[in-house]
Amino acid sequence: MLEGAFLWLADPANWGGNAGIWARLTQHVVFTMAVVVASAVIAIPLGIAIGHTKRFHALVTLASGAARAIPTLGLLTLLALMLGIGFQAPFIALMVLAFPPLLAGAYAGVESADPVTVDAARAIGMTEWQVVKSVEIPAALPVISAGIRSTVLQVAATATLAAYTSDIGLGRFVFAGMKTNHFEETIGGAILVMALTLFLDAIFKLIRRITETSMRKREGTIAHENQA
Amino acid sequence: MTWIAINIPEIVSLLGHHAAIALPVIIISVMFSIPIGWVASRKRRLGRPLIAGLELLYAIPSLALFVLIPAIFGFGLRSNANILIVLVVYGVAVLVRSCAEAFDSVPADTRDAADACGFSLWRRFWAVDLPLSLPVCIAGIRVMAVSTISLVTVGSVIGIQSLGTLFTDGFQRGLMEEVVTGLVLTVAFALIVDLAIVAIGKLLTPWTRSR
Repeated sequence: MLEGAFLWLADPANWGGNAGIWARLTQHVVFTMAVVVASAVIAIPLGIAIGHTKRFHALVTLASGAARAIPTLGLLTLLALMLGIGFQAPFIALMVLAFPPLLAGAYAGVESADPVTVDAARAIGMTEWQVVKSVEIPAALPVISAGIRSTVLQVAATATLAAYTSDIGLGRFVFAGMKTNHFEETIGGAILVMALTLFLDAIFKLIRRITETSMRKREGTIAHENQA
Repeated sequence: MTWIAINIPEIVSLLGHHAAIALPVIIISVMFSIPIGWVASRKRRLGRPLIAGLELLYAIPSLALFVLIPAIFGFGLRSNANILIVLVVYGVAVLVRSCAEAFDSVPADTRDAADACGFSLWRRFWAVDLPLSLPVCIAGIRVMAVSTISLVTVGSVIGIQSLGTLFTDGFQRGLMEEVVTGLVLTVAFALIVDLAIVAIGKLLTPWTRSR
């Protein structure tokens, strides 16, 4: 069966065209990114606001606890029954999946800013907005980006399910193969999704390594200036 | 509510199937993760790459594993062994990290004191390391249990019976009530198991209760 899947993957005829592997792969990635961006523009500012004002943090606990319990497949099928089989249902279902880790990441990041530094920033006359912008957000960035990384991986993985209700992404191969008993296509699709998530993970690791080295260099120059 | 009223026996049976998958998965994952986490915490050089590798495993879509694992090991797509193995893999992938962190959280002084009192490694594990790591461990077990219960539903798309069957069946027949029933029951089941784990945790760590 695995052999059949690799033959399916190796067949150039399966890669081209509107419903080919390249098209589905692009769809899958673009859809994942759109979902994460749409979720992030709400979740990250909200998480920063909660972390800064230290109000409503029960909301973060509630969101991350309750949302984990909500099965994405259930939400997806419910939304598809309400909104039809377009891309809206999986988009919203995946946004709900993406929201809690982004919110928690932004909140935990701001929370991790050293309170002494935050008070010092206020003491030298920074406005609240300046405190957020120049102290808390920079301190929060590593945690926020870790949150984005795990969210992207989770959404990319779960986006496979989107094909259950809509004509979207790599999950199409998995479901089409199952429906027609072409299991080599199902397994081939599964291998593609797996490869994609591992690839995305590798890219995030690379980005982190590059930013870490550049940050260390910058810290190095600051330390140097301080010495001088 | 008519659909629910007519289909109560079916719903109860699906809930039973769901529990018969989720509960063993949760228990087996805990049994694997505690010793693996303990080793990972003690032998950092082995533990770090192990935890990173397990985290990567978690990034693999469950649907892909549901299809790949039977293809590799050669048993039926719709067999119970398939879903048990896949979900235990995820359970362990999530839990080992928190177990390792839990063992890391045991104060070194306490461990040294146990060693100085002549505790064997075996006795120290049961009398010192495990009890003191339990609060952190249990937080991880709660996360794992809730996500396992939610993940069981994914099996329904390959035809494994669970509360997820209410999603696939309800979607195909256009019955919103059926899908909502599945959603509510899955979340309620997760909540009950979560509360049960909290209760067990309180029983096992009586010294944390006074606070």
